Amino acid sequence: MAEREAPGGAGPGAAPSVPVVVQGPELSREEKLQLRKEKKQQKKKKRNEKGTAAEPPEPGTAADPAQPRVTPHPASPPASANAPNDGEKPPGGKSKAELRAERRAKQEAERAQKQAKKAELGQGAAPAKPRLTPTEAPSVVKRLPEHVQVDDPAAQRKLAKKLERQQVPLRQDYGTKVNLFSHLHQYSRKKPLTQQMSIPSTVIHPAVVRLGLQYSQGIINGSNARCIALLEVFKQLIRDYSTPPNEELSRDLVAKLKPHISFLNQCRPLSVSMGNAIKFLKKEISCLPDTLREEEAKEKLQGTIDNYLREKIVLAAEAISKSAFEKINDNDVILVYGCSSLVNRTLCDAHTQTDRTFRVIVVDSRPRLEGRETLRRLVRHGIHCTYVMINAISYVLPEVSKVLLGAHALLANGSVMSRVGTSQIALVSKAYNVPVLVCCETYKFCERVQTDSFVSNELDDPDDLIVQRKGQAQLGGWAENKSLRLLNLVYDVTPPDLVDLVITDLGMIPCTSVPVVLRVKNVDQQ
Amino acid sequence: MEFQAVVMAAGGGSRMTDLTSSIPKPLLPVGNRPLLWYPLNLLERAGFEEVIVITRKEIQKMLSLDTKMKLDFVYISDNVDMGTADSLRHIHQKIKTDVLVLSCDLITDVDLYKVVDLFRTHDATLSMLMKKAPEPTEVAPGQKGKKKPVEQRDFIGVDDTGKRLLFMANEADLDEELVIKRSILQKHPRMHIRTGLMDAHLYCLKKYVVDFLVENRTITSLRSELIPHLVRKQFSSPTSLLQGLDNKEEGRKKKEQASLDIYSFIKEDNSLLKPAPDNSCWNDHRGDMNETLHEGEKGRCVLKIKKGRRCRGVNTLALYIEANRQVPKLLLNLGQEEPLVHGTAQITDRGMVGSDSIIGSSTQIGEKTSIKHSIIGSACTINNKIKITNCIIMNSVTVEEGCCLQGSVICNNAVIEKGADIKDCLIGSDQRLETKGK
Repeated sequence: MAEREAPGGAGPGAAPSVPVVVQGPELSREEKLQLRKEKKQQKKKKRNEKGTAAEPPEPGTAADPAQPRVTPHPASPPASANAPNDGEKPPGGKSKAELRAERRAKQEAERAQKQAKKAELGQGAAPAKPRLTPTEAPSVVKRLPEHVQVDDPAAQRKLAKKLERQQVPLRQDYGTKVNLFSHLHQYSRKKPLTQQMSIPSTVIHPAVVRLGLQYSQGIINGSNARCIALLEVFKQLIRDYSTPPNEELSRDLVAKLKPHISFLNQCRPLSVSMGNAIKFLKKEISCLPDTLREEEAKEKLQGTIDNYLREKIVLAAEAISKSAFEKINDNDVILVYGCSSLVNRTLCDAHTQTDRTFRVIVVDSRPRLEGRETLRRLVRHGIHCTYVMINAISYVLPEVSKVLLGAHALLANGSVMSRVGTSQIALVSKAYNVPVLVCCETYKFCERVQTDSFVSNELDDPDDLIVQRKGQAQLGGWAENKSLRLLNLVYDVTPPDLVDLVITDLGMIPCTSVPVVLRVKNVDQQ
Repeated sequence: MEFQAVVMAAGGGSRMTDLTSSIPKPLLPVGNRPLLWYPLNLLERAGFEEVIVITRKEIQKMLSLDTKMKLDFVYISDNVDMGTADSLRHIHQKIKTDVLVLSCDLITDVDLYKVVDLFRTHDATLSMLMKKAPEPTEVAPGQKGKKKPVEQRDFIGVDDTGKRLLFMANEADLDEELVIKRSILQKHPRMHIRTGLMDAHLYCLKKYVVDFLVENRTITSLRSELIPHLVRKQFSSPTSLLQGLDNKEEGRKKKEQASLDIYSFIKEDNSLLKPAPDNSCWNDHRGDMNETLHEGEKGRCVLKIKKGRRCRGVNTLALYIEANRQVPKLLLNLGQEEPLVHGTAQITDRGMVGSDSIIGSSTQIGEKTSIKHSIIGSACTINNKIKITNCIIMNSVTVEEGCCLQGSVICNNAVIEKGADIKDCLIGSDQRLETKGK
């Protein structure tokens, strides 16, 4: 028994184990009981201190959501991947991995110990307690992404330092914000980021500058379009990249991509689809085998990006469109909101490939007025359309048979994050008992959980709300009025009980199955 | 690299021959700096590190600029009369990326990133800067008679947003009617035609335009030939060319002309950007059923209109004088910290020098001399009891006692003797004005 204690005593943080030397059956009964009690306490202590860092062998339901929620969470906003960690965590990623490996080895030893003890003591085996809910283990810290910490000066200073290091200019916020949203950035379209950069941009690749400008001016809009444009630009970046001597492509390319990603983030906060694509790309790059030459590696990367585009976006759109238009029946009245590339494609395909007659009601809202684009595309295909503003939905809903919505992202608790106004449409549709169908590809699934629309949102340029009528703009001088704030939200979150069905490329699933899909995806990728 | 800058400094200044007969145009002093300094300063502030300057040999010898940029001088000889497009063709081997072409007579404090941003955002073929033409307020000295009220106007057609250039024609090319193609109106039903805009001669061009220029030798001038050609080409579809090829199989000339169309020079990089606009919900126009960017429309021209007064080209004498007047304020804007009165100037009576006069180095100014709103070059000798108002005096001028100068331009090395009374005159260089002359 002494040997069992020894490996336990080697780890840091373990309780100084008292080396108990058992003499054997000469011990009295009381002493044996005392021994057992002590051993039980030591085991308890050890189990508490080991914490929840490594994967436990027991399948604990508390562990799984905690782990994917916590570990990818700091990774998913790529902008904050670089931010220095909390004080508790040891600095640098490598030592973290080393510590984890050490702890794993210790745990194996402990486990072997425990098994042996159980066998020996018989009844003294500690009851297999349900795993303690994993508290904040010192090794994995829940970090808030930087883009929801704008009112925290420390976080902003860290961001400014990081951007300075990457030579990316920092975009200034514009105008007074509504108090509830003071933790988010609010930029003005008239002050682009290129104002602070030299004109022949040397640090940032010109294609990325162009892309950033197109994002911030709103020329490339919509989560699919942004992601496609991003991947194409990354392909070009990889084409123009050349490994400096003494560097590995797999590590250097990721480091070279970071300033560009920060730049795009400053131009317009990254969308969930873009974030997932970037995560995928970074993983692909770091998994490149070292044996490949640079040309082959670059070609391989371009091939994987093409695959990703084709599979996750193009083919997924086809699949979704096919399954969605089976839901469209003859003489249906379908309500759509805003401009979603998937929904438009579904409707156009349904019109051309089947001979069902249906008509569409397009609902639009200010200030973006994206419904006009939907209207144009549908009418061009020959679909019968009606156009209303969002304040009229309770008047048109009695004649609507189903509502088809697009999504920006699907969150891990089943909520749908989409253009602002979507949750209202879902709410009113529920009141009228109209089924709500959401179309979303799986690459837009996100491990974030949000129950409200305040925490993580995007604030658009408040000047968009100013309307000129007969040469007069009523809100034109809003900045001078101290008690007036303009709010131009971009996204909102629809709770899962308002959505009846989510149509994805994996099939039609209820909203609550989103975590299952995520888990399956994670297992796939690993 | 994203951009290369080219400054055209070989021009002759054909509209102000009085001034340029002695000094070449790029070296005309404005605010005691050579004219060429201003566009170079603009580029330097924007962050350019290298500039190609096309000029004549003797100009470069006389030039002394202190700038941190690397200037690459390209010489063209005096004999050959080269237009601006010809000059670009001359240096086409140096041009490997998109170009930013500037003329040497541009004095402005425009934010260059705005012009370039339009170029980048819309993936345009051409992006140019235009300014609101200033009202001609005063008659320039040395020019008799009123100015013609209607000069060579440009008719510029812009779309609703004010960013897209749809139509450009010079009044000289039109007889009585303005002809607008139907295809333009079909795509952009609302077009604003403006006549009060002047070209500022600042162009952002894509690389394939330079390649096109190389092949197409008939175009000699950027401003009068290439730009209108590009603007017209926006709305002509390339398919009409194919028809031309089919129909006219005889005559190789036709084929050659057809192949010189600029579309053939555009590399098919656009396959990259095709899916994204299809999915995004932005549209550059409203009111018709067409797709966002009009398939078949490849060359887009955009423009940026500079409001406000601080942008001028120095083409004529009046503009030159106006520029000189504006220069003190401009220099302040540009962040030049040199004091208006140069350190080495010896001024005996400081109080008499107005606050927005610029005095060059080593200039001597005598007593009881009052100088208002004037620019005096370096190494001048201005004696006592002289009244100078609204004048531009270049280098090494001697003004003797008792003179009264108003609204005049006095070129290098002139000597104005005692008691002369000069009003609204243009005195060439090395001239000598007699005592009590008028």
